[in-house]
Amino acid sequence: MSKAVVGDFVTELDLEVFCCQQHLDRPLTTADVYRPGMELAGYLAHYPAGRVQVMGQTEWDFCGTLSPEVQSERAKQLLDPGPPCIIFSRGLKPPRQMIEAAQAASVPLLGSPLPTTQLISRLSHWLDNRLAPRKTIHGVLMDLFGVGILITGESGIGKSETALELVKRGHRLVADDAVEIRRPAEDILVGEAPELIRNMMELRGVGIIDVAALYGAAAVRPDKRVELVINFKQWEEGADYDRLGLEHHNFELFDVTLQRLEIPVAPGRNLATIVETAAVNYRAKAADICGASEVCRRLDVVMNKGNPD
Amino acid sequence: MVEREVTVQNKTGLHARPAAMFVQKAGKFASTITVIKEEREANAKSIMSVMALGAGQGSKVVIRAEGSDEQQAVDTLVELVESFSE
Repeated sequence: MSKAVVGDFVTELDLEVFCCQQHLDRPLTTADVYRPGMELAGYLAHYPAGRVQVMGQTEWDFCGTLSPEVQSERAKQLLDPGPPCIIFSRGLKPPRQMIEAAQAASVPLLGSPLPTTQLISRLSHWLDNRLAPRKTIHGVLMDLFGVGILITGESGIGKSETALELVKRGHRLVADDAVEIRRPAEDILVGEAPELIRNMMELRGVGIIDVAALYGAAAVRPDKRVELVINFKQWEEGADYDRLGLEHHNFELFDVTLQRLEIPVAPGRNLATIVETAAVNYRAKAADICGASEVCRRLDVVMNKGNPD
Repeated sequence: MVEREVTVQNKTGLHARPAAMFVQKAGKFASTITVIKEEREANAKSIMSVMALGAGQGSKVVIRAEGSDEQQAVDTLVELVESFSE
């Protein structure tokens, strides 16, 4: 899990800092966000103090109905357990009692002009991405007809050359050679290129090329959800390869399982066309069109005609 | 599996040319070789991957190899990184 601190989203989401600027290095450990309404009302049995707390209009108005003493007490109860921070939405300002308790507990109080729901949605999105587990994979990630395809295989097997051919056919490069993959949600993997080599590709014998500069802005994209994995492997004489398209291999990362195709590489095989076809086929299968199943169906019809029972 | 940490000493770090030399050397071994900087891993035989680490002067990298010539691979590559002088 990558490290993130409160200060990171202060800049990213353009938040105002009301107090404890010096404590913006408090760590963020969970992507969940919480509105402490019940806690302000005095029910603290399930207070999730590890989460980012958001105070909206409702919570703020409710605070105003409490006597100053009770406000002080509730503010302490909210802040003493040390949440990462409390954010006030809608441009609301924190009450004095809250500021005092925050200073005592070294917890930053922040503010945003956004309505609460929008703020929470942006926060969650940012937190999900930032706290997502990540790993760098050796391969090429491309967007073909909207399908994110991760091409893997040993060095020198022809991944980048295939990718270049695909770019020339109008598909988009996301990352060449090093793909940073993260899992922003339970069943989703998203890949992107490391900043330093974004839009770049290495071609043996030619060197490093800037794909965006050579083929235009439409030839690249910053990130893409990975949906299908294609593994290139050296053609072996006598090895068994899937002839029907009914076999299933898996690619697993962070408990997300994707379909993986094993594509044997041999002279004369046009890999770009094969990858392109695999992408279209993947889309077709999602729309319930499957060549292999259709052949099976036709065989059923013909064979049953021969000996009706 | 063999691994060893090495500190990048030269001024330009694993910049383009040193990275290219590193990758070429790594490519001569049969083992799977990985370079690790903090939480990022790079395939030592891929120039893009190694450059993406952005390992500048003073950074600590771990070189890890797994395979028939793992010991020799790690020794050679650590020695190479230590020999960079520019």
